[in-house]
Formats: sequence, structure tokens, C-alpha cells
Amino acid sequence: MSFYGLVDGTESSLKKYLGSLSGVDQVGADARAAMLATRSIKAASKRWAIDTAISMVDLTTLEGADTPGKVKALCTKAVRPDPTNSEVPSVGAVCVYNDMVKIARTHLDLIGGQHVGVAAVSTAFPSGRASLAVKIQDTQDAIDAGASEIDMVIDRGAFLSGRYIEVFEEIVKIREICGTKAHLKVIFETGELVTYDNVRKASFMAMAAGADFIKTSTGKVAPAATAPVVLVMLEAVRDFYAMTKVRIGVKPAGGIRNTKDAIKQLVLVNETAGPDWLTPSLFRIGASALLNDLLMQRMKMDDGYYASPQYVTID
Amino acid sequence: MEEKLSFEYAPAPESRAVVSIKPKYGHFIGGKFVAGSKHFPTINPATEEVLSQIALAGKSEVDAAVKAARKAYTTTWSKMSGKERGKYLFRIARIMQERAREFAVLETLDNGKPIRESRDVDVPLAAAHFFYHAGWADKLEYAGLGTTPKPHGVAGQIIPWNFPLLMLAWKVAPALAAGNTVVLKPAETTSLTALLFAEVCQQAELPAGVVNIVTGDGTTGALIVNHPGIDKIAFTGSTEVGKIIARAVAPTHKSVTLELGGKAANIVFDDAAIDEAVEGIVNGIFFNQGHVCCAGSRLLLQESIEDEFLEKLKIRMAKIRVGDPMDKNTDLGAINSKEQLLKIAELSATGDSEGAQRWSTPCDLPSKGFWFAPTIFTGVTQAHRIAREEIFGPVLSVLTFRTPQEAIDKANNTPFGLSAGIWSEKGSKVLWSSQQLRAGVIWANTFNKFDPTSPFGGYKESGWGREGGRHGLSAYLKGVSHE
Repeated sequence: MSFYGLVDGTESSLKKYLGSLSGVDQVGADARAAMLATRSIKAASKRWAIDTAISMVDLTTLEGADTPGKVKALCTKAVRPDPTNSEVPSVGAVCVYNDMVKIARTHLDLIGGQHVGVAAVSTAFPSGRASLAVKIQDTQDAIDAGASEIDMVIDRGAFLSGRYIEVFEEIVKIREICGTKAHLKVIFETGELVTYDNVRKASFMAMAAGADFIKTSTGKVAPAATAPVVLVMLEAVRDFYAMTKVRIGVKPAGGIRNTKDAIKQLVLVNETAGPDWLTPSLFRIGASALLNDLLMQRMKMDDGYYASPQYVTID
Repeated sequence: MEEKLSFEYAPAPESRAVVSIKPKYGHFIGGKFVAGSKHFPTINPATEEVLSQIALAGKSEVDAAVKAARKAYTTTWSKMSGKERGKYLFRIARIMQERAREFAVLETLDNGKPIRESRDVDVPLAAAHFFYHAGWADKLEYAGLGTTPKPHGVAGQIIPWNFPLLMLAWKVAPALAAGNTVVLKPAETTSLTALLFAEVCQQAELPAGVVNIVTGDGTTGALIVNHPGIDKIAFTGSTEVGKIIARAVAPTHKSVTLELGGKAANIVFDDAAIDEAVEGIVNGIFFNQGHVCCAGSRLLLQESIEDEFLEKLKIRMAKIRVGDPMDKNTDLGAINSKEQLLKIAELSATGDSEGAQRWSTPCDLPSKGFWFAPTIFTGVTQAHRIAREEIFGPVLSVLTFRTPQEAIDKANNTPFGLSAGIWSEKGSKVLWSSQQLRAGVIWANTFNKFDPTSPFGGYKESGWGREGGRHGLSAYLKGVSHE
């Protein structure tokens, strides 16, 4: 593999590549994110943002208590989020554990949801603590079961102890398994990487290793998709595009629970990576509760008042 | 959903219903609004709409104001305990916070600055200055100026149009805390928030004559500067006028502080955090349309990162939202006056004629009002006028350097010395640079950060004295020790 000509696969080339990245000033990144959070999105632009956000949702259930029934219900909602209004777009994908992939895919196909993807969390999600062989098998299983998107976690332990080459090689390996069958999203668990320098480093490493998307978090660790973390990742995909002419997607996940937060994410995208990224093929939001708030706000814009919560379906 | 749709932000205008602007204003003298004799219009620079008629103070009005200030000083304010003075200042600060929206909207209408900045910067900081100095009022003996520092008496204060309310706060709060009374003149294009502040003084039941506000132009300012009944002059504005004031007060008993122009260098080393440095450069020069005396108007860029940095800077600049200052999403508002716009255009034209390369963002400027697109000049050298003279607008001159010493030498090679910025992830380089730079305020990995506790002021032709902090307070006190 060529890795865009940025690294040759050796540890020394990877170190050189990561060493060439400029640092991130935490205070400055926080200030920029806070400033963009003051954008006031109203009227037609709000309406557009709500529908765009709905189409970007990776509707997620990642519980020990997940059952086929729960997953099927989620799939139904993913295809037609508002049963009373067919103008509401479907979400981007459903995101489930490995063993639920087949159930999800089958049910989606059954109800006319062929256009909705199935994302499987993989590589010993959420901790990433397993052997490479297990992680490979985990991924292979998901693809065999019909996953069109693989959300893998990186080995944060390896990253934090400076064994970047291990993390890199793992991503490369999973990329190979995904081949052309599945999109690869690489989850950093930014709440465990902690510093923005680490987030930037992980972003560039994952992109060179073949990620289609870089993703903030598993949803199991707080803080998750904070605005400055997403800002740093959006700057990374923008810079990577300038270097390679390849656009990598970004997926914040965890902690985005209401419309206001989702719109703030879209503003970050618009003013950082740019409007080219405002599409579900390049920006996704991993969430569960968010969808209902988007639906409530959408109804409110149509009707002029907030409906009872009973007018949106529970998961 | 693959079709390309751009995310246009619908207009999000702040409501102006919160302010009521009178058709005509007088002066605030001795605790009362008194009618003016002559008037001139004040306009909204974003629309050229006439907002109101402002009174032009002549000799009799300035005399009356100084007399009222003297009376208040002698009979009330100098006799009041610091603790009591502090109470008034706290009260003013609280009222300013309560009426923050009113102040922000009025400031934006009269000045042209974006509501986001008047709301998030000017007004909160102005209130913060009153809170800070309120705390000093009963602790003056601990200011390091001897056991019983004394106020000067009546302070004449002349403030600029770039931060009308904030500059008022910088002047009035320390003066009052120290026990002086004041005669303040706002800039002729931006008097409205000062007149609203006069209402706040009434609301706070500040004793009559402690704060007097006379409006007018340079002739009114000259009357204040030359008035024999004034003990201290505080001026913020151009170096040109500052020099006139310095000459005028030299043979008198008056103390003086001057906060004047600048041509700050913002030095970006090749080991800077690039994205945040780009952000800081943008904030440094485009904050408040570049109408900032400490604006980072010279970008000194290490030559090894020049191309990469300028490309990123242009991409970022293209995102600056120029337009209606009342829109909450506007980043860059209107130039404050036609006169200032002409000055910016004229100095920028010398950049072209002296061979620098101009680049402006591709933004649509409104047809009415005074506007100037965010602009950078590359290929600028120390010998260009745009590298030496203060443009006081959204225009950045880009110069390059090869070594840290060269950066410092170029940064210091100016008659000014108000502020400077350093961008590097290497702490030792930041500390070394800050020791070499001859400027009153030096920011590292940030820019345009203001705080009432921090003294602000310049080296060389950027001014005399400091404002803010204990240093700023001392400008309103005479050190006296009784052993």
C-alpha cells in the first residue's frame, strides 16, 4: 500500500510523518470552538440544518441488553424517522454490535431501507483490548454479516505508550479486511487521548492508514465529541485534503443530544472543513436521543408550537 | 442527499427595540441633562442613517462642566470615604450589566461594530472595569503609593470612537475610585453610549457633578485640555493629537496620561500551532474592523512557513462574515466614518503604489454605509508606509524574517510600542522574545486579550502611562506619605 505517499509503512517514516505535524494550542482551539458556538441559525437555515442533521445521524444502539426486537425497531425508525411525515429523510446508518448486523441488514432490506447503511462497531469495541487476530475476526464477521461500515476502535494503550506503528498497522490490517465492501471509520476515544495534540496525531495517522472516516468516541467514555475536539479533527481532514486531494469524513459521537448541539456541529463543519463536508458521505453524527429532538424541532418549525413528546416515537 | 447545498445562515438580527434614541441630546452637567446650543448629526455608519443630533460644547458648557466637577470634588467626592465611593461604583457596574443589551445595541448602531463583539466584549469588559476599580476605592493606601495617596482633583478625559463605552470605563472607573471627579468627552461620531452612561449615573444616584459628560469635536477637546480648572488629562486617540496635548499641558500643573497609536508586530515562528496562529492573526487585525490601537497590524512570518501559512490565512479570511453589524453572525462590521474609510483607502493605495501585493476577501459589501473588505498585503518590507504607519482598519501587512533576532529587530523597528504577539510552541523562545520586544503589552499564543487587572499602555510614541491594574490606578493618584 502506498499510504498516499506520506509514509512507507516503516516505523521511522511514520515517526517522521507524525513529527512534521504542527501542534495544537488548547486555549486557541477552545476559543475558536466557543466563538463558532455563538452562531445564530434561524429560519430557513435552521430547517435545512435539521434535515441535513437527520440524514447524517448514525442511529445507534450499543447496549448489553440489545435484542433483535430492539434492533428491528431502531431500523424501522432509521428508515422513516417520522412515521407521519414521509418528507423527513432517513438517517445515514444504524450502528450496532457485531452480532446484530445480520438482523439489522435483513430487516432494513425487508422494509425498504436498502439505502440505510449498517455500521458495526468492531475490533473489541469499546476498549480495543484483544489480540489482533480476534480484532480481524471480529471485523470479518461483521462484513460477512452484511455490514457496510466498520467502526473500529484504536488501541489507546499502544497510542499512549508511543507504539504508534502498532496502531497504524492495526488500522492498515482492518482496512485490508474492509476492502471495498465496507467503509472504515476509526474511533479514537478522544476522552482517553485527552490532548488536542494527540487528537491531531491520531487523525493524521488514521487517515494515512486508510480510514474513510475519523470518529471521536465510542460513547462509553466522557468527555466525548466536544466542539474543540471536532474542530481539531475537521482541521485535520481539511489539511489532509490539501495534501492528498482525498476527502476523509468526520464522525462525532457521544454527547450530542439535542438540535442545538447538532447545529453547532454543522457550523463547525461549514466554517472549518467547508461546505463540501456537509453531506452524510463525509459527516455523520453518532447518536440515539438526538434524533427525537431533531424531529421535535422539525415539527415545531412546521406547526409553530412544541408537540407533546408522545408525538415522536420512543426507541 | 448527495446534492450540494450550501449552509447559508439566514439573517439573525438583534432587535433594536431595546433602545430608545432621542432625536436630540444635550450635555450631562452637574447631574442633569442640559440643552446644547449647537448640534451635529451622529449616524449609523452601516446605513448612513442619522440616529440623533449631538450637542457641540463650547466654552460656556465646558466651563460649566468643570465648575460642576470642581464643586462635586470639593464638597462631596473628596470627602466621602473610599468605602462609600466603592458602593457607587459597584452600583454603576451592576446597572451596566442589567442594561447590557441596551448598551450593546446602541454601541453597535452608533459605532458599526458587530453586535457579537459589543455584546461579548465591549459591554462585559466595561462593567468589569467598574467592578475591579470599585474594589480599589477603599484600599488606596495599599496601592504602593505611600500611606495616604491623594486624588488629583478634576480629571478631563477624552476618549476615542473605537471602543466608546469601554474607553469610558477605562477612564471613569479608576478616576472615581481614586476620588477624582471627571469631565469626559466622547468622540464626536460615537457619543450615544456615553449619554446612556449618564443615565446610569443618575440611576445609581451618583452625587451630582462627579461625572460630567460634554459632547463635541476636537474644539471641545481642546477646551478641556487647556482649561485651567482641570488637574489631570487622560487621552486615548491618535499619536498626532497626543503630541498636541503633550505640548499644551507641558507648561501647566496638569498630569497627563496618553494612550496613542500602534503598529504591533504579530510574530509567527515556524514552530507555532499553525491553525491557532492563523486564528490569532485574524483576531489580531480584524477584531473591531482593525479599529484597535493595539491591533496586530504587522504579521512577521518566518520565511520557511510563509506559503503554507498565507494559504491557510486566506482560507480563514474568506470565512469572515462582513455585513450588517446587528446580525448576530457578523464578524466584521462597518468602518466607523467616511473620514476613516478614506484614510484606510488612501494608505492602502500606497501599498499598491509601493509595490506590495494586495489581496482582499471575495465578500459582497453593502451599498450604503462605510465598508472595507478584509485585506492583506504581502511582499511588504520595513520601508513601506503600510509597515510603518497606523492604518486603523482591516488591513494586514505581511513581512517575513529568517531568524528570531531578525524578527525582534523588525518588530522593534517602529516609532510605536503598544503591543506585540508571539506565536510559538517553544516556551523558551516565547520568553526570550517577550524580553526583547519593546512594547507595553505582549501576548503569547493569543492576542487582544484584555482584563481590568492588567496594565495596558505603550512604549515610545504609543503613549505615556498605563491604564488598568494598580499601574492604571496610580495615574489618578498622587503618592503622599505621612510618617
